[in-house]
Amino acid sequence: MSTFTAITEREVWDALQDVPDPEIPAISVVDLGIIRMVEVDGERVTVEIMPTFIGCPAIGIMCSDVRERLSGMAAEVDVRVTYTEQWSSDRITERGRENLRAAGYAPPVTPVPPLGDSLFPLALHPNIPCPFCDGRHTRMENPFGPTLCRAIFYCPDCKQPFEQFKAV
Amino acid sequence: MTTGMKTTDSSLITHHSSLASLLLTLADDELVIGYWDTEWTGIAPVLEEDVAMSSMAQDEIGHALAFYELLSSLTGVAPDAYAYGRRPDEYRFASLLGHARGDWAITMARRYLYETADAVRLASLERSSYQPLADLVAKMRREEQYHLTHVQTWFERFLAHPGQPRDRFTAALTGLWPDALDVFAPLDGEDELLADGTLPEPMTELRARWQAMLQPSLDRAGASVTGSAPTEPRRGGAHPDFAWLHNEMTMVYRSQPGAEW
Repeated sequence: MSTFTAITEREVWDALQDVPDPEIPAISVVDLGIIRMVEVDGERVTVEIMPTFIGCPAIGIMCSDVRERLSGMAAEVDVRVTYTEQWSSDRITERGRENLRAAGYAPPVTPVPPLGDSLFPLALHPNIPCPFCDGRHTRMENPFGPTLCRAIFYCPDCKQPFEQFKAV
Repeated sequence: MTTGMKTTDSSLITHHSSLASLLLTLADDELVIGYWDTEWTGIAPVLEEDVAMSSMAQDEIGHALAFYELLSSLTGVAPDAYAYGRRPDEYRFASLLGHARGDWAITMARRYLYETADAVRLASLERSSYQPLADLVAKMRREEQYHLTHVQTWFERFLAHPGQPRDRFTAALTGLWPDALDVFAPLDGEDELLADGTLPEPMTELRARWQAMLQPSLDRAGASVTGSAPTEPRRGGAHPDFAWLHNEMTMVYRSQPGAEW
């Protein structure tokens, strides 16, 4: 006899709201937009995760955090990494953007410009609003930052360096 | 590390299908440029470049792992066995990537040549009939945009400073050019890969496209680029500089063969 009561996909999505991004805990994996799909089939739950960056060292941690969160809800939890569809920073939800801002990170520019055929399309945008003072004179200090998904900016108005979640 | 996978059967690593061979060239290129890039962590000319090189190295090694995982799904050989379990001469990276990192001008000239060549290659492979590869490459291209912007910025910076900076960069471009052509060396089983659409275009065509795109920039830099297109498949692992890097990057793996991390 089963010890699990039937759950719905909605309940799984709601539960995943509790799982934070290990590198930026202010945002959940759901609001980060990395959950591609949730499927409930009887006592089996399948979750597909799209990495933000291929080399992100947190992917394994996120998969096990998701597995752990759902472990009491279904007999079998299958968490997979997929590239069938590619994560883009445009998938970050409005709530996710608000949470990023509140935690001192500038959300990525949206929509991300499409990849052109040109060899050097410039995907870097100037004048990102400062997450602290909303100043518009910010400048990019480095398109690379402390993690693969973050770029470093400086705001001359409030003299504050800050990080932006990269548009990708 | 993954349990239940083969880790020591060298014959499985060296004998493979044309698809496996293609994946191995892509993975080995990314792995080795990634490891050379890590050599700048802590000693780059400026702090921002320290961060940039470390970040790009993490990207490249991550891309290598993704290619090795795809390969592993075909052969059952563990990704780590490909990355760290082979003899130096078994690596299939282009000879451009065998060179030691050298000074900053050499590092940037090599990155410039490699990233532009890789961009042409990835744009083509995004149309591969082998869907898992096309999907992965689509994601990779978005990340590589940042690398392209980085090398383009340095290209302009070197050119804007006549004298030693510009001269050293130009000399590095000229010196590395013949080995850069090796990125587009013919692949083992290329005819087969072209026939089923795994490879949408021949390597010679990609090389011509890359060269035509790059020529105006190379002319501006005053780099004299001569050299004949490679006619043999790559054997970058035989580069004498690579022995040192191979020893460094496989040290942990060799310290406890078969260990689970």
